[in-house]
Amino acid sequence: MKKNLRDTVKACLDRIRDVNKKLNAIIYIDKEKVQGSEEAASLSGGVASGTPIVIKDNICVRDEPTTCASRILKGFKPPYDATVITKIRKAGFILMGKSNMDEFAFGSSCETSCYGPTRNPWDLERIPGGSSGGSAAAVASGEVPMALGSDTGGSIRQPAALCGVCGMKPTYGRVSRYGLIAFASSLDQIGPITGNVSDCASLLNVISGYDEMDSTSASLPVPDFTKSLEKTIKNMKLGIPKEYFPSNGLDREVADKIEAAKNILRDLGAELIDVSLPHTEYAVSCYYIIAPAEASSNLARFDGDQYGLREDAKSMIDMYIETRTKGFGSEAKRRILLGTYSLSSGYYEAYYLKAMRTRTLIKNDFKEAFKKCDVILTPTTPTAAFKIGEKIDDPLSMYLSDIFTIPANLAGIPGISVPCGFTESGLPIGLQFLGKAFDEESLIRVAYTFEQNTAFSKRKPKL
Amino acid sequence: MAKRKIIDEKMTRNVARLSRIALSDREVTKYKKQLESILEYIRKIDLVDSKDIPPTNHPLENLKNVFRKDVARKSLTPEEALKNAPDRKGDFFRVPRIIG
Repeated sequence: MKKNLRDTVKACLDRIRDVNKKLNAIIYIDKEKVQGSEEAASLSGGVASGTPIVIKDNICVRDEPTTCASRILKGFKPPYDATVITKIRKAGFILMGKSNMDEFAFGSSCETSCYGPTRNPWDLERIPGGSSGGSAAAVASGEVPMALGSDTGGSIRQPAALCGVCGMKPTYGRVSRYGLIAFASSLDQIGPITGNVSDCASLLNVISGYDEMDSTSASLPVPDFTKSLEKTIKNMKLGIPKEYFPSNGLDREVADKIEAAKNILRDLGAELIDVSLPHTEYAVSCYYIIAPAEASSNLARFDGDQYGLREDAKSMIDMYIETRTKGFGSEAKRRILLGTYSLSSGYYEAYYLKAMRTRTLIKNDFKEAFKKCDVILTPTTPTAAFKIGEKIDDPLSMYLSDIFTIPANLAGIPGISVPCGFTESGLPIGLQFLGKAFDEESLIRVAYTFEQNTAFSKRKPKL
Repeated sequence: MAKRKIIDEKMTRNVARLSRIALSDREVTKYKKQLESILEYIRKIDLVDSKDIPPTNHPLENLKNVFRKDVARKSLTPEEALKNAPDRKGDFFRVPRIIG
């Protein structure tokens, strides 16, 4: 591969030149810098030996624009690398640029970016999912083989499903968040978006591990995830939670493909077991209290003092107000207002405290279910990709599109989405596996077995 | 469920003030309506019997305060830390007057 390094990078650059105007998946690229880093990558001796990668725009890359797709971080160039960036540089990846996202990762459609929406490579009239929509569209369209995303309520798995690629949210604590611009600190996790499960395992190997710069990273040994790339799931117990198959609220085509996937896995030797996660119906409520509350607090730092946008004003308070009013887009404002409301005096107990108690129940549901099974199987999303503009004026219906991905973030457990079919109109459908905390290995094993025995990951969008 | 008002325009303005965000009258109407429908949905959580359940702040179990040794180590230089400053004076961030 090493001798073909220049060709690999050139192929990606050519592809980006040809399709990125249509997709708007990559929002920053420094071609000269990319080409200048080829030699360093090839000499690093790292395991990635020159694999091109794009980075979601909420992960700090030293001296390169990092804006969370928000006007308020216009011009910001971090003075340091996030820990995951240090690791991927050392492994010999070539950083191609930054990928588009919903502003501050607030969204499920990549429409709230200040750079304009990213489009789904399978249908340019449709959303790629979000918030890591740029990363997923870049991988699906062949602009790059791999990308980093972040997942707070489904932001890796949902766009991976809607773009027909593989996306994993590792266990909370598995990957350091140092240098990830915080959205909801008790939920955020960085993870891989790749064209196949094998690449997912390789990238996870590189980014995982304890980091003294992130006190919430877990001090646990990291297994070699590529050892889990085995085509055997004999006697693996797959839990099927009835709450994830509602009679109304799951698209028929999605339901059919998930049913077919269950049969494939059963034929491959897995044992399907009915499980129940009784508090699932409260997960979206719980999430939309906790996530905006944490976000409203985390985003208090964007005030024009030290970096990013500053609007001039006579007093300090007026400078804050004018900077934030001009800098934040409407979804960011909505979440800040919602979070400030549920944390404000008189409402804290009715909302935030209650949500934290409900979170315990949701977490316990998974613990109970995992006494009976190794991995839980669900649809990743209730529908395939919707149209651009379809839900943008109806925040609640947008929020409900993450109904199957949110519970894993609340519980802190890992989840992976892999392609399991297409709608009649040719849109990808995703299959989600959820695992026990720090058992990404079982997820990789079952996802790899499914992928190797089906052809869904091989189909590519025509652009 | 008690049928009390979830949020009105006055509360919306107050939350915006606390958030350091200015809203036009039209925005107040818009956000009030949207927040109302979101909060209406969220209040489903009232149906959960969670009185005696301990709250979960974050998913990691057994995580205690994490301290590092109090020793000096390499960090950003003043120049690096100030590189993104909208305004500066020497090695300080410069901001508008706080006391009028």
